Amino acid sequence: MSKTDPVIIIVEDEMAIRQFLRTALRLQGYSVFEADTGQRGLIEIGTRKPDLLILDLGLPDMDGAEVIKAIRAWSTLPIIVLSARNQERQKVDALDLGADDYLTKPFGIDELIARIRVALRHANRKEQSISNDVLVTGGLTVDLSKRLVSVDGREIALTPIQYRLLAVLAKNAGKVMTHRQIMKEVWGPPYLDNVHYIRMYMSQLRHKLEIDPAKPQYLVTESGLGYRLKINDI
Amino acid sequence: MNLERPDPDQLLARVERDAAKAKRGRLKIFFGAAAGVGKTYAMLLAARERRAENLDVIVGVVETHGRQDTAALLNGLEQLPTRQINYRGNVLHEFDIDAALKRRPALILVDELAHTNVPGSRHPKRWQDIQELLEAGIDVYTALNVQHLESLNDDISQISGIRVWETVPDTVFEEADEVELVDLPPDELLTRLKEGKVYIPQQVELAMRSFFRKGNLIALRELALRQTANRVDADMLDYREDHAIREVWQVGERILVCIGPNMLAERLVRAGKRLAAGLRADWMVAYVETPKLARLPAEKRDAVLRILRLAEQLGAETVTLSSPDMSEAIIRFARARNINKIVVGKPSRRGWKRWLLGSVVDVLISHAHNINIYLLGSRQQREDDVLEIVESSLFKKPPPPGLRQRIPPRLQKRYRGYVWAVAVTIISTLFGHLMFGRLELANLVMVFLLGVVYIAMRFGRGPSILASLLGVGMIDVLFVRPYFSLTVADSQYLITFAVMLIVGVVISNLMINVRAQAKVAAHRERRAAVLYAVSKELATSQTEQDIVTIAVKHLYAEFSSPNVILFPDTAGHLLYPRQPGLSQSLRGADLSVAQWVFDHNEMAGQGTYTLPGAAAIYFPVSDADKVLGVLALLPVNLRRVFLPEQQKLLETFLRQIAQALLRIRFSEQAKLTQMQIEAERLRNSLLSAISHDLRTPLASIVGSASTLAANENQMSSQDRRELSLAIVDEAERMTNLVNNILDMARLDAGIAELNKQWYPVEEIVGVVLSRLHKRLADRPVDVCIAPDVPMLHVDAVMIEQVLINLLENATRYTPTGSALEIRAETFENNIEISVSDHGPGIPKGLEEKLFEKFYQVRHETAQSGVGLGLAICRAIVEVHGGTIRGKNQPEGGAVFTVTLPNEPMPPQFSAEP
Repeated sequence: MSKTDPVIIIVEDEMAIRQFLRTALRLQGYSVFEADTGQRGLIEIGTRKPDLLILDLGLPDMDGAEVIKAIRAWSTLPIIVLSARNQERQKVDALDLGADDYLTKPFGIDELIARIRVALRHANRKEQSISNDVLVTGGLTVDLSKRLVSVDGREIALTPIQYRLLAVLAKNAGKVMTHRQIMKEVWGPPYLDNVHYIRMYMSQLRHKLEIDPAKPQYLVTESGLGYRLKINDI
Repeated sequence: MNLERPDPDQLLARVERDAAKAKRGRLKIFFGAAAGVGKTYAMLLAARERRAENLDVIVGVVETHGRQDTAALLNGLEQLPTRQINYRGNVLHEFDIDAALKRRPALILVDELAHTNVPGSRHPKRWQDIQELLEAGIDVYTALNVQHLESLNDDISQISGIRVWETVPDTVFEEADEVELVDLPPDELLTRLKEGKVYIPQQVELAMRSFFRKGNLIALRELALRQTANRVDADMLDYREDHAIREVWQVGERILVCIGPNMLAERLVRAGKRLAAGLRADWMVAYVETPKLARLPAEKRDAVLRILRLAEQLGAETVTLSSPDMSEAIIRFARARNINKIVVGKPSRRGWKRWLLGSVVDVLISHAHNINIYLLGSRQQREDDVLEIVESSLFKKPPPPGLRQRIPPRLQKRYRGYVWAVAVTIISTLFGHLMFGRLELANLVMVFLLGVVYIAMRFGRGPSILASLLGVGMIDVLFVRPYFSLTVADSQYLITFAVMLIVGVVISNLMINVRAQAKVAAHRERRAAVLYAVSKELATSQTEQDIVTIAVKHLYAEFSSPNVILFPDTAGHLLYPRQPGLSQSLRGADLSVAQWVFDHNEMAGQGTYTLPGAAAIYFPVSDADKVLGVLALLPVNLRRVFLPEQQKLLETFLRQIAQALLRIRFSEQAKLTQMQIEAERLRNSLLSAISHDLRTPLASIVGSASTLAANENQMSSQDRRELSLAIVDEAERMTNLVNNILDMARLDAGIAELNKQWYPVEEIVGVVLSRLHKRLADRPVDVCIAPDVPMLHVDAVMIEQVLINLLENATRYTPTGSALEIRAETFENNIEISVSDHGPGIPKGLEEKLFEKFYQVRHETAQSGVGLGLAICRAIVEVHGGTIRGKNQPEGGAVFTVTLPNEPMPPQFSAEP
């Protein structure tokens, strides 16, 4: 473990899961610390200065949402939440509260590692300020400073809302954006309950950007949660 | 030796009666002939004795009338504070029943059973308060004078000349557990009176002249003694019944009291009651409404109604018969109900009228052979005296504003009759003029008679009399010598005149009766139709809400009164309905009154004896002893609710409503049981399926993993990789399996909440395809979504699951590499999404079976899945109000089609600027 290895904290009460995560993540070159309760997790986060947190939503001592709230009060630390299948509500809450990504148990380790990479990169980019304002994934290019969108070199004309929607996803490329977050960014708070607005505009965007809107390559739906702009390494 | 053992049913009834009595408090009445005999004194003495036995005795209310020795007895007894009521400027002290119920003593003293409470109290009468105390299991001591007994009221007013208005139903007296006679010879009572021990001196003089005459007192004493003796007799009979002593009286006595709309009615009822009590017989009171009586003014009909309610209060069953022939109706009813004694008033027609027109009594006597008939003479008053209307205010409340009955425009109609009478006479005259000379005079008269008959038939008596008069006049003036003069030369024509008049009157009378009959028949028919409609609608109702809606509408239509049905929560507290009301619904029912009705299974509110101050009437909706809810009805017109036939109708309504409610509840219960059985069966098959399907992948995982663990060093990296991948694959299979089982369980339990939102179909398909991209990697999937398909209003996660299951099935049962199609189209009001393949298709006859739980086409371990996939699809689609079916395509391969209803309002988008 070198000093520059990214530090990951796992807060999870199941021993077996902690164990396999620890093994797999260490093999990938991360330094891993563990906690089996929310309280212990918060203490670990305070002392270890981690680069990323993997948080299980079903903790014995406190609600995962509370842990996220507590962290978000003072840190922008990337958080990936792990949830069981019947915890849809908690998942949405966690993402709305500022968790960066989620995985539903059971999951493959490849998937987790990909998510960790996206989250870390996103965090880095935020630190470097938004100088690098051009997003390229596959044939899609979104130039946020020039407000230009092109697919396979062909420039695409978008309406203002379509563009704003795409821009929000592009700024958070690779990350899940919940409906609520998208709404707030694109329309502002008054429309929070009209999720179908997003779906409508998303459908328009797909028709303009995707080869087959029913098999989207870039604008992926996270069922029941929101959308994600897919980038190459996922 | 036990020849006369009690009938088991009777015995059971006795036991039930005793059990009910045991729960109730015991009532002891201190009974006396007149005020001043020392009832209160005796009552207090007895109470003190109970107190000395350490019983929890309190004094609810006791009137000492300023008598010192009585007041002295109150010392040492706990007294309940009275309720102070401001009534018309005076402060009145009333017995506080709520405080008494709250205090819950073992024994409470409530003096003056016959007392009338101040208007606005819960019950109008004190005896009703006492009933409630007894219901609550509290013993009560009370005092009563003989003149307050309902059935004796009339006799006593005859003896004493003073009518007492405060009366107590005999049933209260009869049902008392103990009656103690407090007796004082008249002379002693008079002495006490003179000594000022009964009334304050100023009143003594007046009292002695009016009520406290010696003759009066003797008569009253006799009545009191006799009443007590009757009770002892009744006790004796009970005792005999208990001890299987053979009955000596004639069994099955049934008495029918027939009343009319006259002064005699009330006395007849009281007499009937006494007779019935003496014979321990069932008794009924019948009122026959002939067409003539149906035309009586409303006040008279209300008075009859009042008498019928008095009879009910005295324990009679009442019935209103509708028939043109009074005696026939009575006899028919008497035969039907096995009546063997009839009580009627003396014939009202006397002398020649009776001889000519007959009397009901005479017909009764000649036709009712096995029935004894009792006649009751009227007093000096005129026979058709209007009844005194005591509770007239009850029925005379003005209807709420805007609902006043309109005066029908009958005047005009009647006027028209007279015009017609003139017209018909003119026509007859013209005809007579044309035919004069060619026809005999007798035939001309016939023409006129025809006109009179016509008028009588169409317009009734008045116009027919006019027509006969005019006709006779015309004949006389025009066709009878001397012409153009009213003088009649031949006295024969007087007969013509008389016959025409009589024919006119007779026919019009007949017609009036026929019409009234027709009206009654129409009314009955309408009622039958209403009942039929209600029962038909109730029979087809599926939910409690349906029943309430039907009931409220029909009750409103029938009684033109807004109404509402209240149901209790699980704790038995009535609640306002949660559903929005109908236009016919009553708003603002008084829950406290309704709760009382619900708890006591008795009606209350306006026009009843409990809480008459309430605006609405509250009826329990009950079946047998179980109260299901309470109907609150705001009467527009009390008569519309309390007329006997209307009440019967309402009762029938209530019974039907209760039965419909019970039916729904039972069927819900049955459904629940059925579901439990189903769930049990499912659980069993699930367990056996799971144990097989879980074990197979587990076996492979355990095997692979243990191989890896044991032989780590000897294995090639290729082998290790293969084993690891096998573990991953099998684990994923198990995951799917477990997910399916959990989904099914959630859908079955009904806990899966629908999170319905608007989604474009392509988004749902997109999610499904990306979720399955690994499985579908080697297959071409053709997606075709028609451009006119609107957004779906669904729970996307669930519908995605449907498509995932359908696609997984397709990949499982079709050759690798074969193409799949997903199609979405609109058909009329439905959206169809189909998944089709090019595999072997669905085996014949299994199209429906496929959707059953745990059904698998081929039982091969390699294609496990517990057979839940399609069952889940069906469950999900059905909660969305859609259908799913599978069939084979003509060109080969299976197609599964999900049909979802197109929701009426697709979301509107504001156009983007």
